[in-house]
Amino acid sequence: MMEFNGVSRSWGDFKAEGVSFEVKKGEFFVILGPTGAGKTLLLELAAGFYYPKKGSIRIDGRDVTLSPPEKRRIGFIYQDYALFPHKNVLSNVAWGLRVARVGRKEAFARSLEMAEKLGIAHLADRGVGSLSGGEKQRVAIARALVTKPEVLLLDEPLSALDRRTQDAMRKELKRLNREMGMTMVHVTHSQEEAMLLADRIAVMDGGRIVQVGTPEEVFRRPKSEFVAEFLGAENLYRGHIEKEGDTVFFVSGNLRLEVPQEVEYGFSECRAIVRPEDIIISPVKIRSSARNELCGAVEEISDYGATVKAGVRCGGEMFKVLITRHSYEELALSAGKTVYISFKAGSVHLF
Amino acid sequence: MKSGGAAGAWFRTREPVMAVFTLLGTVAILFVALPVVAMVMKETPQSIWETLKDGSVRRAIYLSASTALWATLASLLVGVPLGYLLARKRFWGKELIQSVADLPVVIPHTVAGIALLTIFGAKGMIGAPLSEWGVRFVDAQGGIVVAMVFVSMSFVINSARNGFEAVDPRLEKIARSLGSSRAGAFFRVSLPLAAPSIASGAVMCWARAISEFGAVIVIAYFPMIAPTLIYDRFLSFGLDASRPIAVVLVLICILLFASLRLITRRRSKA
Repeated sequence: MMEFNGVSRSWGDFKAEGVSFEVKKGEFFVILGPTGAGKTLLLELAAGFYYPKKGSIRIDGRDVTLSPPEKRRIGFIYQDYALFPHKNVLSNVAWGLRVARVGRKEAFARSLEMAEKLGIAHLADRGVGSLSGGEKQRVAIARALVTKPEVLLLDEPLSALDRRTQDAMRKELKRLNREMGMTMVHVTHSQEEAMLLADRIAVMDGGRIVQVGTPEEVFRRPKSEFVAEFLGAENLYRGHIEKEGDTVFFVSGNLRLEVPQEVEYGFSECRAIVRPEDIIISPVKIRSSARNELCGAVEEISDYGATVKAGVRCGGEMFKVLITRHSYEELALSAGKTVYISFKAGSVHLF
Repeated sequence: MKSGGAAGAWFRTREPVMAVFTLLGTVAILFVALPVVAMVMKETPQSIWETLKDGSVRRAIYLSASTALWATLASLLVGVPLGYLLARKRFWGKELIQSVADLPVVIPHTVAGIALLTIFGAKGMIGAPLSEWGVRFVDAQGGIVVAMVFVSMSFVINSARNGFEAVDPRLEKIARSLGSSRAGAFFRVSLPLAAPSIASGAVMCWARAISEFGAVIVIAYFPMIAPTLIYDRFLSFGLDASRPIAVVLVLICILLFASLRLITRRRSKA
């Protein structure tokens, strides 16, 4: 659907370096990265607001590397909406159709229909200055969709909205993707947003795409420390691999963890992560299929309401464990209490 | 006691420095308003009516207004694109270009007239080839317009630049993503949004043009625009002969200026 092939370009402090990825038709593709990673530049390259210095871009099979934006059949959504301040809501939505010389009557009829789909038809005659953030973003989306773009490019579309509006808008975006089959390329710095929306995530850092995969792949099997840390991996350890008979261990100081046997242990230095939600906590030693069981003391407790995160120090390393409020109360956890934590060998992810 | 307390409150809340500023500000405004009002008060409706019956006065005022209008239109034609480039593009020598655009403000107007005469004179770089086509600038309307453009165009350039700078460049990008060409984005988005600023610049440009004297007399003493006629009458017949024309010109200018301001103000609010 949309294909980047070795695209490079720098602009001011931002850059894209040898970026390659492919977005499939109807896919919700999220580009995730920290501020300054070059995500917006990447999106603007896709839109044709800037042209690549190297590489090529294809949309729906057409080479659009050097095509002007008006020839690309894309829709673009900015974080702060960029509505035309001198037009009312309906005229904003109808703008693209009027440019395409669709008659006034038909353009407004089609725009009103699109406005209805986005739940803003009742605002049709309002000036855009008086709208709320969520309403403005809906106008911007309706304005883009009415021209029937091949792909919708969204630059941090939820960042300027309050929490509650964000939730509603996120569902709206997902609905547009599922019901209209609209291909979406969505840029964000929020991993939560990426996890909730994406069919696939591309993680970006310093102008490069460092990993592409489904949310589960990127989250569970980060290919680099950057990805792991950026996605909020808390139990990250540095160490090396040791083999004893058929069993493979990850060793870091006093810490000794059993890991899957099929792991490549050729490397001497490596890192391991264990997701906080993959760890089970218990007051006594339990017999289970879990291959790693450690004893330690609770050092800290962070209460998030529905969930609680406990920090347990075992073998000199801190393990963050995510538990439900219910089990937190049942276990009567408190700082200093001795507990056992356990997790499967398969839960230790090495990279 | 009570009134003393009120005065104390007044003093505390208004702050004495503001009283000093108000006093000095009043001096500034009176300095401008007093001579003009005094001059206007010297004349009677009869003397103004007599002056308006003078054909040469009416012709001079009409000439002033119309040449200033042409000068404004010419300034808009070349000044608005330049203002857009200055607002949107980063290019080598931009500072220099900006300084050149502001140059007419700092050089004496008679000097501007002499510079223009060098170029637009019968033997000048532009004047000579154009005179073969029958286009003259010396002592002609063309010369008046050229002088007016020179001294007043910077108002249009700068107001256009400010107007375009206030338009979010992303609006143009969005316009293009919706299928508009570069030119279409300019005419449908940037120009309408910058229009109020450009319009007020155009009013200032016109006002500056109609009040120009120094640059105009060097290149075109004839046909006489109103300021030239006033100067001419003053030299030949003295203060009492020139003042009625001056008053008529001032009244017409204030009237036009105020109404144009009103129109552009209303436009920008809509």
